[in-house]
Amino acid sequence: MSGQKQRLTIAQAVRDAMRDEMRLDPTILVLGEDVGIDGGVFRATDGLIEEFGPERVIDTPLAESGIIGLSVGLAATGFRPVAEMQFMGFVYPAINQLFSHAARMRNRTRGRLTTPMVVRMPYGGGIHPPEHHSESYESLFLNTPGFKVVVPSNPYDAKGLLISAMRSNDPVLFMEPKRIYRAFREEVPDEAYTVPLGLASIAHTGDDVSLIAWGSMTRVCHDAAEVLAVQGISAEVVDLRSLNPLDRDTFIGSVMKTGRAVVVHEAPKTNGFGAEIVAQINEHALMHLEAPVQRVCGFDVVFPLAHLEKLYLPNRDRVVAAAKKTMEF
Amino acid sequence: MPRTTVYEAVTQRLEILDLEGQVDAELMPELDPNRIIEFYRNMVLMRAFDNKALKLQRQGRMGTWPPIQGQEAIQVATAMAMEDSDWLIPAFREQAVMVLRGVPAHTIYAYWAGDERGSAFPDGVRCFPIAVPVGSQWQHGAGVGLSLKLRGEQAAAVVFGGDGSTSEGDFHEGLNAAGVFKTNTVFVIQNNQWAISVPLSKQTASQTLAQKAHAYGVPGIQVDGNDIFAVHVAVTEALERARTGGGPTLIEAETYRLGDHTTADDASRYRSEEEVEQWREKDPIPRLRKYLEANGLWDEERETALENEAREWVDTQVEALEAMPPQPLEAIFEYMYDEMPPHLAEQMAALKAEVEA
Repeated sequence: MSGQKQRLTIAQAVRDAMRDEMRLDPTILVLGEDVGIDGGVFRATDGLIEEFGPERVIDTPLAESGIIGLSVGLAATGFRPVAEMQFMGFVYPAINQLFSHAARMRNRTRGRLTTPMVVRMPYGGGIHPPEHHSESYESLFLNTPGFKVVVPSNPYDAKGLLISAMRSNDPVLFMEPKRIYRAFREEVPDEAYTVPLGLASIAHTGDDVSLIAWGSMTRVCHDAAEVLAVQGISAEVVDLRSLNPLDRDTFIGSVMKTGRAVVVHEAPKTNGFGAEIVAQINEHALMHLEAPVQRVCGFDVVFPLAHLEKLYLPNRDRVVAAAKKTMEF
Repeated sequence: MPRTTVYEAVTQRLEILDLEGQVDAELMPELDPNRIIEFYRNMVLMRAFDNKALKLQRQGRMGTWPPIQGQEAIQVATAMAMEDSDWLIPAFREQAVMVLRGVPAHTIYAYWAGDERGSAFPDGVRCFPIAVPVGSQWQHGAGVGLSLKLRGEQAAAVVFGGDGSTSEGDFHEGLNAAGVFKTNTVFVIQNNQWAISVPLSKQTASQTLAQKAHAYGVPGIQVDGNDIFAVHVAVTEALERARTGGGPTLIEAETYRLGDHTTADDASRYRSEEEVEQWREKDPIPRLRKYLEANGLWDEERETALENEAREWVDTQVEALEAMPPQPLEAIFEYMYDEMPPHLAEQMAALKAEVEA
């Protein structure tokens, strides 16, 4: 099998990451709503129960706080649970367990007990679902110390980052961009491999303006970079991949090179993580800037129902316009 | 299409030791007299430990402290029934269980005095950290119980909480999951009648808390929590069931918080002295002493010796607390992650520079 590759979607890469790591590490358990026989509502756990059985792939009662509470108990006593929140919009009932316990166990036991667990959460809009199925709540978790927060944007990273997350000794929130779960395929190695947490990638090299994003917005920035290239503007796309730990050197280095930046995220603009990125650019690269940093984000509203969600979501043209604004300053 | 009864349930209450120290001979478990003396000794030591903390708090040598006075029987009987291989998941009024399970008393003093080292329990002591948020720990009881079951360990997770915490969703989610997965869990409610100022009657319309177990397909029992023999029997049965694949149990131990909720509370604002006095008569310690005396196991001389032992032991704990050197500022940055991330290292360095300037 070594050296073999397959063309996989993000959803398949996520499934393969769990399958491969479960083969290597018997302490890994998968638990959540519908993760067993149904294979997950997005099929991200498809086939796992057949291979590993119901003791390792556990359909839980429908209770998000319970899923995380069980995971805290399991993780602190020797297992590595991979818990699924069916949609990030449903994570609220689990917040107390996540904030008050999962993120603190190491600290509150002075390192004696830890909670090495992964919480997988499909996030973001663009799939025309009912209410509460489209949210991007990363900034909630990024202002709560004790977690790692990881967001892949492509199948290769999805598998490698998820394997790193499962091997991490810290609790990791793994946000999966459901809008592009099946949008495209990429070559993904059959065997287990890692993409390190805390390392951004330059997804597209450029000289004039840095487009900084994560998850599904990385794709939007790619599209924008293509349009900008036609117009003679060379855009660099920085895919942060990991929001905590944050690879400051990479995005600051990019901004120092280009002198211009646009930060793009789906979550509401005000107090979103983009504000933190802008603040760090100000702290570390202010004198390199040729123009104020722009943000292209969601609006500060309840995520709209399906008909109007297209208006809410940051798109290629908005990113292009923001990049040009930095060029024309 | 008749209307039929599809479910009926009975909840039992267990009492063995009465207020005069007499036991129900049929219900009385077989216990070595030395073990009964050890019950008594531990209750007296734990009350002295608690009283000392209240004194230290009044002198400004202790932070906020949640007194356990009146609740010693539940805690001593449970701790003594547990094995080293069992896990304890406390809430925040289980100091006596923790001490008897191997967390040094001065460490618990340190926690409530505001010292990070108070969370550093010795290696090998199977004890979760103190859980302050109320009720969330019930879920960990289910999770640890599931963990033990999956690994095939003949051990139990014993999780504690108060009457107020049974109103939290996590209590119900935890019991529900424990029932579904038949986890190795013992749920112990210390029903001390008051959640700060809210009495049990405003917490639930249920006649008992034990009966809530029925809804989750879990056995439940109410015991007189000030009767150490009744607690011993209920906990021993539940531990045996949990360790041998019989699934979880809910124990409601009826007791009373003789003190304030914490040292920051004034219970006279919401409950009468008459009520407190009525419960003081049910105090678990004099009750067991009457039993011991009636059975020729105790006398004034032994009582005096125990009082001296308790005083000396508690003083040793205070000395250990106060001998701790100041904490380095690193204590607030350590243990956030497996490896300290660069941004945290920067923040720590900045604070260090500020403090050393």
